[in-house]
Amino acid sequence: MAKQPAAVIGIGQTHHRAKREDVSMAGLCREAMDRALADAGMTLDEIDAIVVGKAPDLFEGVMMPELFLAEALGAAGKPLLRVHTAGSVGGSTAIVASSLVQAGVHKKVLTVAYEKQSESNAMWALSVPIPFNMPVHAGAGGYFAPHVRSYIRRAGAPNHIGAIVAAKDRNNALKNPYAHLHNEGTTVESVMASQMLWDPIRYDETCPSSDGACALVIASEDVAAASPNPAWIHGTVMRSEATSGAERDQVNPQASRDAAAALWKQAGITNPIDEIDMAEIYVPFSWFEPMWLESLGFAEPGDGWRLTESGATALDGRIPVNCSGGVLSSNPIGASGMLRFGEAALQVRGLAGEHQVDGARRALGHAYGGGSQFFAMWVVGSEKPGS
Amino acid sequence: MARTLSAPVTVAFDYTRSTGPVLGRFLTGLRDGVVVGARTSSGTVVVPPPEYDPVTHEQTTDFVEVSSVGTVTSWSWVPEPVKGQPLDRPFAFALVTLDGADTPMLHAVDVDSATDMSTGMRVQVRWAADRVGAMTDIEAFVPLREDPPAAASTVGTEEATPITGVITPVSLDYVYAASPEESAFYRGLAEGRIVGQRCPACRKVYVPPRSACPSDGQPTSEEVELSHEGTVTTFCVVNVPFLGQKITPPYVSAYVLLDGADIAFLHLILDIPADEVRMGMRVKAVWKPEDEWGTTIENISHFSPTGDPDADYETYKNHL
Amino acid sequence: MRDVAVVGFAQRQMKEFDGSPTCVELLVPLFAECYEQTGWTRKDVGFWCSGSSDYLAGRSFSFVQAVDAIGVTPPVNESHVEMDLAWAMYEAWIKIQTGEVDTALVYAFGKSSAGVLRRTLALQLEPYTMTPLWPDTVSLAGLQARAGIDAVLWDETAMAEVVNRSLGDAEKNEYAVRKGGSSVEELLARPMYADPLRKHDCAPVTDGAAAIVLAAGDRARDVRDKPAWISGLAHSVDPMSMGTRDLTRSPSAAAAAAGASVGGVEVAELHAPFSHQELVLRRELGLADDVAINPSGGPLSGNPMFSAGGIRIGEAARKIWSGEATRTLGHATSGPALQQNLVCTMEGRA
Repeated sequence: MAKQPAAVIGIGQTHHRAKREDVSMAGLCREAMDRALADAGMTLDEIDAIVVGKAPDLFEGVMMPELFLAEALGAAGKPLLRVHTAGSVGGSTAIVASSLVQAGVHKKVLTVAYEKQSESNAMWALSVPIPFNMPVHAGAGGYFAPHVRSYIRRAGAPNHIGAIVAAKDRNNALKNPYAHLHNEGTTVESVMASQMLWDPIRYDETCPSSDGACALVIASEDVAAASPNPAWIHGTVMRSEATSGAERDQVNPQASRDAAAALWKQAGITNPIDEIDMAEIYVPFSWFEPMWLESLGFAEPGDGWRLTESGATALDGRIPVNCSGGVLSSNPIGASGMLRFGEAALQVRGLAGEHQVDGARRALGHAYGGGSQFFAMWVVGSEKPGS
Repeated sequence: MARTLSAPVTVAFDYTRSTGPVLGRFLTGLRDGVVVGARTSSGTVVVPPPEYDPVTHEQTTDFVEVSSVGTVTSWSWVPEPVKGQPLDRPFAFALVTLDGADTPMLHAVDVDSATDMSTGMRVQVRWAADRVGAMTDIEAFVPLREDPPAAASTVGTEEATPITGVITPVSLDYVYAASPEESAFYRGLAEGRIVGQRCPACRKVYVPPRSACPSDGQPTSEEVELSHEGTVTTFCVVNVPFLGQKITPPYVSAYVLLDGADIAFLHLILDIPADEVRMGMRVKAVWKPEDEWGTTIENISHFSPTGDPDADYETYKNHL
Repeated sequence: MRDVAVVGFAQRQMKEFDGSPTCVELLVPLFAECYEQTGWTRKDVGFWCSGSSDYLAGRSFSFVQAVDAIGVTPPVNESHVEMDLAWAMYEAWIKIQTGEVDTALVYAFGKSSAGVLRRTLALQLEPYTMTPLWPDTVSLAGLQARAGIDAVLWDETAMAEVVNRSLGDAEKNEYAVRKGGSSVEELLARPMYADPLRKHDCAPVTDGAAAIVLAAGDRARDVRDKPAWISGLAHSVDPMSMGTRDLTRSPSAAAAAAGASVGGVEVAELHAPFSHQELVLRRELGLADDVAINPSGGPLSGNPMFSAGGIRIGEAARKIWSGEATRTLGHATSGPALQQNLVCTMEGRA
């Protein structure tokens, strides 16, 4: 049995900021949802089901917050699901929402992912000491820095590659009114001069801590027929592996490679760099751009940094990556994956404004989480799949 | 002896919540000694005001001040209050419909025993002396007295700014238990030994041992005593201070692959300047004095360079 | 829609689990039981989905390590909901409906005893005006129970009858943590605890885990002679506010029942952690008097957080497998005072 066609017909996001002190959690979600509904030309009452995604509950100090949010999100009297798959959650949530349509169970699904990081402190929430263990953990940066070092060693990459990514994404963010960071004048040199936080990761090579939300309206084929510019879903994939398996490849995890292979196959893509017009890839620390370029098959193993260095991932490059500014410019953790998925959809709908890639017809949305063991990805296109 | 080791853990944070305009209006009212509800599109006055209308889904804007006197519509006795509840002696939680409102609000009623409670009883707010714009500005409800309820103290002009945020302390106490396999590892450490276990299926040696080998889903079983020396596979230098941090930065957090193990684990590298730590560096465990040992990996104070030549990249590249 | 059946089910319930909050060591034998029932290996499972809560475990990403219990080389198609097992099963059922996979194993776990459960659950409430008062689960249920008593919809005797039947039936359930029939009179003679609730009106704090196996079409027929075919699966949610809901009702339970077509069921396993909630659910689900309720003993005999709802579905499926019934339902709830509800109806086919 084939999946029922499904398309993104509405996309909304908040203005992401370090602290959105003007809104409650419900207000944050509704800001994104109301924009997505307006984009889709739909009211909340027309929605069949709502899927909420969010990273750990300790971030906001509410256990299963979708329960208290149910009424404010217009979910009362409807099916409501809450997905949580670590940092990949925004992507996984969009995939679960699409599957409700692809299964033929619902026709109009609204999905929203959010994080209100300013309610607490993510470093604290991710580093609550575990008895008997060595308290050397230092949040996500402390977790990923050793693996970045491994990549640099393995690929023989020059030290400034991460800075190229950071400068590119921060400049892309200047074209995105919703982005959290609008750091004018960021250059490779200024990034290299920023403080070393978790050596080898510098301050300007890390994502910010943001409040923000993203929402999508996903519709069945007949509903999407009324939309002037649906983003059709050409493939979705989720893959997981263990956090700490003996001899697990933490630089280029098998789950990532497997996910990419399954995704390209579903979407009928044999040569991603030529057939994908732009990619929104989850890059919370700058070095993950070259790492994921290799893992996703845009570059051969060891060559990802060369692609980045060549300028191919710039807005006008061969494979533009993170034209929105990416996670490096806005990181409401639970929503970050959905922002990648949503930005990819905006591109193929031709609605990305100043950061639009000319003629983008097929785009990748990508998210990962945990310690690089959870992956969620999709390919969206301006044409109906198979057409 | 229990099968597993356990220890207390407290998960505590003072959450800083931004309220948005609707809850902010309600909490501003509480600070000022007034209970504020909102009229919904169907005409009912709801307390606390819902942020969004249940029917139109529009943000609530029609605020209504209601009385601080009301009627109990349901109640439940709390014989053993838990930490953080409004009262630390037995009390009732109740739904109270304030005069002027159409729906009840949840709060505590301060009475001596369940026999003092009844549905339909009239109650009044007992305000907290120092109000900050939080639900706890209402200490509790008390049975309505003959004389009219004391008005809340008036608000000074310096307090006239609306409430936009509220601090909510959350503190939960847990007992954390290590798995049986981890417990064996920590007990070994208390004897100065580093004990790994081998997976019966893939034969890999895990340290700490595992309740399920992530490759095969089988518990590791066969004990393997490991060397106290190993190789730094990769590492980072932590320069950033953060809340709850136990070690003063800068410090080197490194994956150490002990000789005989198939997986590296995180520990601290000392006795060498941070910028001289290398991938492949050979290190040895430095133990704390024996009288300080417990069932914890912190018995190993840190790892220190052995001074031997660095390990060849080929020997550890499959552990990155 | 594709024909999908429940073909495997395993559970553990206990008062205090002597092990880690990630419950990996509980899950390993559960999965082994599922493989034994199905004749599968892990490689036969097309999709995995789990349910659990970080606040129950007291740490972020508590579900991450549980994935180890699967054995994830090669990597797996996997997801997680911060919800009860029943909703993890819903996600898996959807996944099978898309045609992407034919089989799924879903699991859930929770060590309720790691903290003070009735206090931990106060974190589940509206965080601005409710959680600061730390309303405990028992008190919120008590408000609901009294609302029904005051409205003369039920009384203490009706509640005691639920308890008496449950604890009597639980004697046949090896996993029950509270059991032992008594009499309604004896139960009513026991002291009030949280007036209007006695201790036996409240589900015991329970640790545990459970797993359910789903398969489509021939994959299901290969496993069992009488697969429990899912004939309806639906869920819904109500607003949380205790003030604006009619606490004696549960519209979301009625909506789930309507969506899952509950007519003609012979056995209903209801996730009612408080005795009066069974009375609410029987009304909302429109169950006739001759429907057997909670023959397993139900949640009053054991209520492992995040798996107890799914366990109801597993118990109802077993009645189909054994041929004791041809049409059953399992119900799951979440949130304070029956806020969110799911109903799964299953049937045996000739």
